[in-house]
Amino acid sequence: MIGPDDLWWVLLIKCGVLVVFLLTAFAYLTLAERKISARIQLRYGPNRVGPFGMLQPAADGLKLFFKENVAPAQRDKVLYLVGPSLAGGAALLAYAVIPWGTNNWFGHEFHWDIAHVNVGLLFILGITSLGVYSLFLGGFASNSKYSLLGGLRSSAQLISYEMAVSFALIGVVILSGSLDLEKIVGSQQGLWFIVLQPLAFILYFTAAFAETNRLPFDLPEAETELIAGYHTEYSAMRFGLYFLGEYINMVTVCSIATALFLGGWLPLLPFHPFDWIPGPIWFLGKVGVLLFVMIWVRWTLPRLRYDRLMNFGWKVLLPLGLINIVITGAVVALRA
Amino acid sequence: MTALPPLGGPVTDVDPLSEQYEAGRERLGIEAGLDAIDLVEIGDSTMELNMGPMHPSTHGVLRLVLNLEGEVVLECRPDIGYLHTGFEKDFERHTYQQCIPYTDRMDYLSPLFNNLGFSLAVERLLGIEVPLRGQYLRVIMCELCRLASHLLWYGTSALDLGATTAFVYAWRDREKLLDINELVSGVRMHTSFIRVGGLLADVPDAFYEMVGAVIKTFPKLIDDHELLITKNPIWRQRTIGLGTLTPEDAMAYGATGPVLRGSGVPYDLRKAHPYSSYDHFDFDVPIGRTGDVYDRYLVRMQEMRESLKIITQAFENLPDGPVNTTDRRVALPPRNELNTSMESLIHHFKLVTEGMRVPAGQVYQAVESPRGELGFYLVSDGTNRPYRCKVRAPSFSNLSALPHMVRGELIADVVAVIGSIDIVLGDVDR
Repeated sequence: MIGPDDLWWVLLIKCGVLVVFLLTAFAYLTLAERKISARIQLRYGPNRVGPFGMLQPAADGLKLFFKENVAPAQRDKVLYLVGPSLAGGAALLAYAVIPWGTNNWFGHEFHWDIAHVNVGLLFILGITSLGVYSLFLGGFASNSKYSLLGGLRSSAQLISYEMAVSFALIGVVILSGSLDLEKIVGSQQGLWFIVLQPLAFILYFTAAFAETNRLPFDLPEAETELIAGYHTEYSAMRFGLYFLGEYINMVTVCSIATALFLGGWLPLLPFHPFDWIPGPIWFLGKVGVLLFVMIWVRWTLPRLRYDRLMNFGWKVLLPLGLINIVITGAVVALRA
Repeated sequence: MTALPPLGGPVTDVDPLSEQYEAGRERLGIEAGLDAIDLVEIGDSTMELNMGPMHPSTHGVLRLVLNLEGEVVLECRPDIGYLHTGFEKDFERHTYQQCIPYTDRMDYLSPLFNNLGFSLAVERLLGIEVPLRGQYLRVIMCELCRLASHLLWYGTSALDLGATTAFVYAWRDREKLLDINELVSGVRMHTSFIRVGGLLADVPDAFYEMVGAVIKTFPKLIDDHELLITKNPIWRQRTIGLGTLTPEDAMAYGATGPVLRGSGVPYDLRKAHPYSSYDHFDFDVPIGRTGDVYDRYLVRMQEMRESLKIITQAFENLPDGPVNTTDRRVALPPRNELNTSMESLIHHFKLVTEGMRVPAGQVYQAVESPRGELGFYLVSDGTNRPYRCKVRAPSFSNLSALPHMVRGELIADVVAVIGSIDIVLGDVDR
């Protein structure tokens, strides 16, 4: 039977809604970051443009659009443009498979995600790794020493956390027996995986900071060391795309953490009145909490040194991930 | 080697100053045609990185040329002079009291110490001593200034390592100290509060309340700052064992202040050569053990507590009486005398228009600024203007140890080490 998910115009609407949602999320996440950091730092934050500064993101966006594009003369002309496009593109693309919830409308099952891929987890891992190329390419194509150092650092950072992320997620895959994100959420009915896999959650969330280039792991950027790292030579909307990529990446990693560990769209407790609230709202709420933690951490901790991050990735995160896999596998095997 | 041409000699076709320069380079064995900044040859595997003078964490306009292999610093060459103002030369054209505002602007984060150093030097030439109340108030204001300066250092060096919020908290507390500056002098930074012969004026009543509040609240605030940073594992990882300076090296580079004491040398001018009745107060000189960035951090944090101890003692034992000297060579005649005495009126006029005359002689007077030994070498020829003044700036000597400290470290560490030296470029260049 052809469900609503298979109609091309439904798909198109879903794409449109998601892109608008993500761009809005990006805009207001920047505002939230500024507001929260301001409160942490005894300031008010933006409060001039619109009520409570609510129109500040629009003003910022306009500014980025109308600024002059200044680019180094000796850049690699093609790759210089590929870098930021990849940053924005990869961040948006990863969200295609994030499960928001399912509804049963008029006898048809309706999925809120765009692409219902049965190996969604692998897809996400692949796409988020692709995002790192944007930093790498941007850093190299700028033909500037600071950008180059930022690009070098991003590739060093990539190999340090990527393995740790994958290993952290394997525990979840073992428990749910699927790479399908929707099935993973479904198998958390009753008990979220954060309870069964606390170590994996901590590992994943720690590595998520490295993946999104945020303090304490914002080494490719490291403004007090490398000016602005890989995007030193980018201005106007080209810089805006990197900016957009970073913030949408935050939403993405928090969504993955929600889907894998916090029960996705499932309510906090499986009875009334909790299940009156629709699934997507639950999902968004959980993502919001994680985003707040990310912002909170950024404004609290100093920055790690990049060789220490590599040490941390290889000598701490990776062994812990392996231990987690062994324990999970043993327990699952013994229970079976 | 050619003899140095006399300054102001007959005009030759070569600029005598440039000849002096060449002769100096010959003496130092610097190859002709090579600028100091190009001394190191660049190999294929190394990259030369220009850091500054416009860079977020070079604390003003310090320029570093780094020779990198990957991110490892092979060689670091500081290039200074971007904030050169020629204040020392300006002194020669101004009367002694007119020099005070210039001293404010040299080390702009500890203006009161500059005021004090210069005033003490002139007072020693004049052979006068400021009344005890004036001395105690000088001590209180200077130690408040040390607190403010260390707070700013704490904030900026934390910022250099990415701890943004610590910076804002430090500034919040520094505001309270700047408020006191504003109260006593009307100005928040360049106070010119300490002058030759005493102070600008006695302090207003609100001063007691505000300093009392600082004494009461600051121990807790410093605890808060330490809570945020001192035991933070990332901070410790970044700073322990980094930029180590042995006591011998520190002394060889002429490092003073917390940089020297961080290496374990208990040299503090307030103890070694007490001035302005510092010997009346009981305080400790904190020293470090290994001389790394973390030790310098701990030394400064502890110094803030010691400063509070000094402020408390001076504040509680603050004597009554005048704050300014009554020596008529410096002090203006009292207002009531001007109505009756022609001589007083003339003297008043001469002091205001021409300034004080200081007996011929030379003096070196150093004070312990937040950055180290701040010395004023002053030569007087008996007129109303200094013949020559040379400032021994602590930041300059401390900065000279930077290449030694960062050799073999990473770029990220260069930033941390610069932060731990606590340089003020206004002090380096003058």
